[in-house]
Amino acid sequence: MYARAQTWWTILRICIEERLVYRGDFALGTLMRFLPIITQIFLWTSVYAAAGQGDIRGYTRDDVIAYYLLTMVGRAFSSMPGLASGIARQIRDGEIKKFLIQPIDLLGFLLLARIAHKLVYYGVAIGPFALVFFLCGNYFTNGWPEASVLAAFVASLVMAFLLGLFLEAAIGMIGFWFLEVSSLLFVYMLFNFFFSGHMFPLEFLTGYLPDWLQTVAHYQPLQFLAYFPAAVFLGKIEGPELVEGLCVQAAWVMVFFVVCRVAMRRGFQRYSGYGG
Amino acid sequence: MAFIEIRGLQKSYRVYQKQEGLLASLTGLFHREYRNVHAVQGIDLEVEKGEFVAFLGPNGAGKTTTLKLLSGVISPSAGEARVMGFVPWERTNEYRRRFALVMGQKNQLWWDLPAAESFRLHQQIYAIAPTDFDRTLGELTDLLDVGKLLNQPVRELSLGERMKMELIAALLHSPEVLFLDEPTIGLDVIAQHNIQKFLKHYQEVRRVTILLTSHYMKDVAALCQRVVVIAEGQIMYDGSLAGVVDRFSTHKVLTLQFAGDQIPSDLDQYGELIEAVAPKVKLRVDRTEIPKVLAALLAGHTIEDVSVEDPPLEEVIADLFVQSSEQAGKKSKEVLAVGHSGR
Repeated sequence: MYARAQTWWTILRICIEERLVYRGDFALGTLMRFLPIITQIFLWTSVYAAAGQGDIRGYTRDDVIAYYLLTMVGRAFSSMPGLASGIARQIRDGEIKKFLIQPIDLLGFLLLARIAHKLVYYGVAIGPFALVFFLCGNYFTNGWPEASVLAAFVASLVMAFLLGLFLEAAIGMIGFWFLEVSSLLFVYMLFNFFFSGHMFPLEFLTGYLPDWLQTVAHYQPLQFLAYFPAAVFLGKIEGPELVEGLCVQAAWVMVFFVVCRVAMRRGFQRYSGYGG
Repeated sequence: MAFIEIRGLQKSYRVYQKQEGLLASLTGLFHREYRNVHAVQGIDLEVEKGEFVAFLGPNGAGKTTTLKLLSGVISPSAGEARVMGFVPWERTNEYRRRFALVMGQKNQLWWDLPAAESFRLHQQIYAIAPTDFDRTLGELTDLLDVGKLLNQPVRELSLGERMKMELIAALLHSPEVLFLDEPTIGLDVIAQHNIQKFLKHYQEVRRVTILLTSHYMKDVAALCQRVVVIAEGQIMYDGSLAGVVDRFSTHKVLTLQFAGDQIPSDLDQYGELIEAVAPKVKLRVDRTEIPKVLAALLAGHTIEDVSVEDPPLEEVIADLFVQSSEQAGKKSKEVLAVGHSGR
C-alpha cells in the first residue's frame, strides 16, 4: 500500500514538474481564460434589457452572471484540454506501446497526470479566480450557501473532474479504431458547449425541446460538467432532487469508467492484433 | 525448456492499399482494398540463457516484428512463444518486470525533463528497492559516462547521449532478457563503438540474454556469437557469423601482383575483374574453381605475390538478402484481399 502510494506520488510529482517546464505559456493561457467574463456581463445585461423582464425561467441577470462564474469553476475541474487528442496521437505514433511493455496501468497514469495538471492550474488560477469572485461578489445575491450545499457542490466538482476525465479518455480511445478523432472531438465539443450548460443555464432550454428530449436532457451526462455544480451552488437544485442529481452523476462516472476500461482492453487487443 | 522458445510463429497484417489521386480517395471511402503482409512466416527458434543473438536482415524482413511479438506489444496470427516460461502477449506484470525493450527510433524518456526524473519513475513502476536503484544507476552512469548529463532535459541531449539514457532506463530493473531494436541507428562511429563496448561488457558481467537487431555488421561482429539471418519473415541461417561466409559466399577474392608494369589482357576467362591497377589485379573467382585458376595463372604468368580471401561479410550478407528476396518473390507471398471500409 505504501509502495503504491509512493509510486503515485512520484508520477504526480513528475507530471507537475513537466507542466512547469513551459510556465510562461501556461500562465498566459490560464489568465486569458478570464477575459470572456467581461463580455458575458455586457451580453447578459443587454439580453435582460431587451427582454424587458426581471427574470428568465427563474434566473435574474445577476443569477446568470453568477451562474456563468460558477460554470467557470466547474469547467476548471471537468475540462480536459488535449486529453482525447493526446491519447489518439499516442496511439497513432506508437508511444502507447510503453503501456504494453511496462507494468503500468494507462488509465491510472492518465488520472494522476490530470490531477497534476489540475493542481498546477489551480495554483496559477487561484489568484485570478479569487479576484474575479471578489469583484463580482455583488452578483451573488443570496450570499454564501449553507455548509451542506457547499459540501454537495464540492462533491459534484470532484465527480465533474472524474466524469470529464473518463469521458474524454473514452473518446481518445476511439483512436484505437479510427486513428484520427479530431472531427469526432469537434462534434463532442459542440454538444458539450450546449448541454453542459456552459453557454446558459439548462433551464433556458425548457419549452424549446420536445418532451422526450427534455427527459434525455434531464439525465444526460454533460450537464454534470458545468451546469449541475453551478445550479447546486445557486440553490436551484435542492433536497431530494439534489441527492438524485449526485447519484446520477456518480452513476455516469462509473459508466464512463467502465467504458474506458473496456475500450482500453479491446483497444490494446486490437492494437496488438493489427500492428503496433 | 529453452529460455526463449519460439514455435511456428507467424504474424500477418492487413494493410490498406490506396491508389494515387482524388478519385481513388473518394472510392476508398466506400470500398477498400487490403493487402495481407506476412511479416513473420513461421519462425522456430530456441535461445539459451545468457546468449547474445543478432537478428540480421534487410528492412521489412520481420526482425522488429519478431521482437515486438516477444515483448508482447503484438500478438501472433499463429504459433507460440515462451520467454522464461511466460507467453509474452499475455502481458502479465510478472513478465513485464523481467524484460526490457529498447527501440533505437523510439523515445521512452520524458522529453522535457532530465533523464534522472524518468529513472525515478522507472524505479517506482518496476518497484526497484532504493539501494538497488542507487547502485545500478551509479554503475550504469559510470560505465556510460553520463553522470554529468543526468540533470539536463532529455531534449537537450545529443542522439548518442539520449541512447545511453534509454539504455540506462531499460536496464535499471535488471531485466533478465533484453530486446534491442537497432540500438545504434543514426549514431556516429564513436557513439556506436561506445554503445557496443558497453553492451559487450554488460552482457559478460550480468549474463543477460540479449536479442539484437541491427543493420550494422560491426555491431554484430563485435557482440554476437550467434547470428540469425531473417529474410521475408523466415529464418535463412542460424549459426556463427563466420559460418555465414562459409555457407553463403560462392566466391573468393583473388589478389595478384604481376612482375613488371603490365597486366595480362586475358584475365576475364578466370573470373570477374573487380579492380585492375597495374601491376595489381583483383579477381572474383568461383570457390570451386580456385585451385584450377591459380594453377593456370601461375603456369602462364610471372606472379610476384598472391592472396586468396573471403569476400567482405557485408557483401555476403547483401547477396544473401538479394537471393532470398528473389526466391520469396517467386513464391508470390502476397495475397490480395478485398474488403469494405473500416480497418
